[in-house]
Amino acid sequence: MTVIAKESLIGKRVAKLDAPEKASGRTRYVHDLDLPGQLHARILRSSRVHARIVSIDTSRARALPGVHAVLTAADVPWQRPLGVGRDQLPLKGDRVRSLRDEIAAVAAETVEIAEAALRLVDVVYEDLPPLTDVRAALAPGAPVIHEGRPPTKGAERPDAASHPNVAMTFDYAQGDVAAGEAASDVVVDGWFRLHYVTHCCMGVSGMIAQFDATGNLTLHSNTQVPFLHKREFAEILGIDPGRIRIIQPPIGGGFGSKLDIYPFEPICVFLAKATGRPVKLVFTREEEFLASPTRQPVLLRLTSGARRDGTLTFRVCETLHDNGAYTSWGATTPFVMMQTISSLYRVPHVRYHTTAAYTNNPYAGSFRGYGNLQATFAVEQQMDELAEKLGIDPLAFRLRNAQDPGEVTPQGMHFRTCGLKECLATAAGASGFLAKHAAARAAQRAPGRVKRGVGMASMLHVGGGAKIYPSDGCGTILKIDDFAHVTLITGASEIGQGSETVLAQLVCEELGVPLDAITVVNNDTDITPWDVGVHASRTTFIGGNSAIGAARKAKAKILAAAARSAGCAEAELDLRGGHIVRAASGEAVTTLAKLLRSLHFSDRAELVMTTHYYEPPSRHQDAAYKGDVSAAYAWATQVVEVEVDTDTGVVRLVKVTGAHDVGRVLNRLGIEGQIEGGIVMGQGYALTEDLVVDHGVVRNPAFRDYKLVTAPEIPAMDVHFIETMDGEGPQGAKGVGEAPAICMAAATANAIANATGVRLRELPFTPEKVYRALRSAAG
Amino acid sequence: MSLTREIGFVLNGVRTRATVPVAMSALDMLREVVGLTGTKYACGEGECGACTIVVDGRSLCSCLLFAVDCDGRELTTIEGAERDPLGARLEQAFVDCGAVQCGFCTPGMVMQAQHWLQAHPGASRDAILRAIEGNLCRCTGYVKIVDAIERVAREAP
Repeated sequence: MTVIAKESLIGKRVAKLDAPEKASGRTRYVHDLDLPGQLHARILRSSRVHARIVSIDTSRARALPGVHAVLTAADVPWQRPLGVGRDQLPLKGDRVRSLRDEIAAVAAETVEIAEAALRLVDVVYEDLPPLTDVRAALAPGAPVIHEGRPPTKGAERPDAASHPNVAMTFDYAQGDVAAGEAASDVVVDGWFRLHYVTHCCMGVSGMIAQFDATGNLTLHSNTQVPFLHKREFAEILGIDPGRIRIIQPPIGGGFGSKLDIYPFEPICVFLAKATGRPVKLVFTREEEFLASPTRQPVLLRLTSGARRDGTLTFRVCETLHDNGAYTSWGATTPFVMMQTISSLYRVPHVRYHTTAAYTNNPYAGSFRGYGNLQATFAVEQQMDELAEKLGIDPLAFRLRNAQDPGEVTPQGMHFRTCGLKECLATAAGASGFLAKHAAARAAQRAPGRVKRGVGMASMLHVGGGAKIYPSDGCGTILKIDDFAHVTLITGASEIGQGSETVLAQLVCEELGVPLDAITVVNNDTDITPWDVGVHASRTTFIGGNSAIGAARKAKAKILAAAARSAGCAEAELDLRGGHIVRAASGEAVTTLAKLLRSLHFSDRAELVMTTHYYEPPSRHQDAAYKGDVSAAYAWATQVVEVEVDTDTGVVRLVKVTGAHDVGRVLNRLGIEGQIEGGIVMGQGYALTEDLVVDHGVVRNPAFRDYKLVTAPEIPAMDVHFIETMDGEGPQGAKGVGEAPAICMAAATANAIANATGVRLRELPFTPEKVYRALRSAAG
Repeated sequence: MSLTREIGFVLNGVRTRATVPVAMSALDMLREVVGLTGTKYACGEGECGACTIVVDGRSLCSCLLFAVDCDGRELTTIEGAERDPLGARLEQAFVDCGAVQCGFCTPGMVMQAQHWLQAHPGASRDAILRAIEGNLCRCTGYVKIVDAIERVAREAP
């Protein structure tokens, strides 16, 4: 008898299922698709930062041969407001509030004709006073960006509520800050400035919209939230959401940029409706820089206190968010920021406030880490400052205040697993942090042009979904054919992060089939069950638990049938290597395929098809922002080593040592790739990337002037995994997608301070900024 | 509506003729006239490397090359990479080493690596980092891309 050993793919280095198609150039992204009869669309954007539109004349554009439609707001009087804030129409009619504002759109035979037509649209503007400084936005008498609009949230503070440019406010409090201040032996206080950066997905934004003969709408879309978009589009278009189908071709990078609905998407649909033809709209790279979202820029004041014994006493955080002209997800990043302020370390007394104010600047969306890079930048710098004031080393000070497993924070987060102390110890130990830190500190005033330094930062982020929407769930449909081939139909979207491979691994683990016996279908809302979207590092956790649930139901059905035919108890059997085996001995009873056929082609006439919907056991926050919003929380510590050239201000990243509490490693190859990519994205945020917004104008909308990190600039990386085996996680895993980007800027700031004695609180650390800071510190 | 020219070239080993507008880039010709979409547009100004192809043995950004200048030349795109054993090994190494995430930069990376290794077999890790400095990747942090190229550089052909 054949004996089949138990094999597992969990924790192995598994190549991504979609990699062969991508590596050979076969993958067709939305840019590569053409539908029969398709037209090409282009959008005319405002040439003014803030202006009244006196008139738009499209007659010359309409007359151009090859032009099928030219639309302005006047042509779609039924259009409705869109986006998180519902504070903009897709096509702007009487007023533009930022340079990206959409005024007219053309559908034509070719892109060239569409572009030529745009040049023939005559727009007469009457300039309004521009408001491009967020502090000025709240001054009395400032120009009002949206008249008659109440702030979206809060309004507890009369000063904030009373100003018409306030878009949103957030207030959170725990404990008694006055008591915390009174108990403090040391206090640090500072302003931090976080700049504009943008996602720079290598695949630019684009979509294809098509109506069928009965008015059903099909979108080929890069969205990260297809099921939410069905509702959004239905609302904007005034049609039944059930008549909208969203197909997601492979996506050329997401990072949060495709989480909201943006004006170009309904505009593309308007053009498809107007022409009766499929319409394809793809951005240029310049347009991608100008008209896709940014990371939320933040002005942040943080005050933190501690006792002489090294325990934290309080934090007070005030932030001012430049909301830009309209409200997208960027304005809501305080949801995450306040978690880091209140709960990364144990701190009894906290007060947090954010005001987001409208300006005529670009607006921010969600971007990997979602406010956490900004909050961590301030919190972790002040951990170093407090440690220094107390004469405690930075590691010991953090360990003294670190969260433990089992903790329920005053904000209501329950850390069922928490590897923060192991992350701190591992990253510090592996990097030789303490010795290097002491040596660099001693050498700050020693002669020498190049100074070396080391800095650390930790992070807390949701790792088990985030209950923001009514449901944070994901559905799975699983079917197995007569040849034991499994089709896993999941709502969870793949954006390159490797989720489809991880989901397939999890199903293999349950059903004992090889990886190549799985096909994942994850890109068509007419087929896939509901999922809230790919965001908040949730897909492995939520989609994974959903896939496991469906696979376990299938396994139960198979084992019941096998037990009937073998005349034994189900518990005596198992699935391994495509076979039904005796659980105790591994002895093969029959092949899975034969068992499935016997079930199908018999009097029972059954197919194995199962469904599962997984909803995590998390809770919505209450009105005071308290609640256990995630089913698990992820932790990490990163140690950054830098060299600072004091003659030029150039900061070189030498090495990053990371320790990540990921629950459990599922695909070692994939998780390493996520972390390495996140580290380099965080490096760009810290050192090189800077979207220059000058009086409302993006001055560097090109890779020539917007500096992504290139291959020779990457640091050495040493990544360690802390496996805390989360009880709710799929095979023990927690989310990791956003985590690796979060600590980098904070740790780099701490490393520069360790190298030079100069603390930098404004990003990015460009040579000019570092040089000036060093010179001014030298007097 | 614009002035066109008929040109001839060898594309992935196949003699090819195409009629192209004189202002068209080689990138647009490949994608829109010939219909090979493996070569990607990501910046259109030679800054990102996603559109890298090999022309007469040199790697070029096809967005900066006029289609008409392909006349009489020999082009290799990602679709032809695996005809060469080195290209096939590179594609496999990218898969095995986890060098592919969203995959949008991957064809350009493979073409650049193939071109580089042809001239520099056995290249060092540092040399490989330099060799792909004109190719941007937003997902991977480059580590696994360099792992893949290095594996091929170290293997006996």
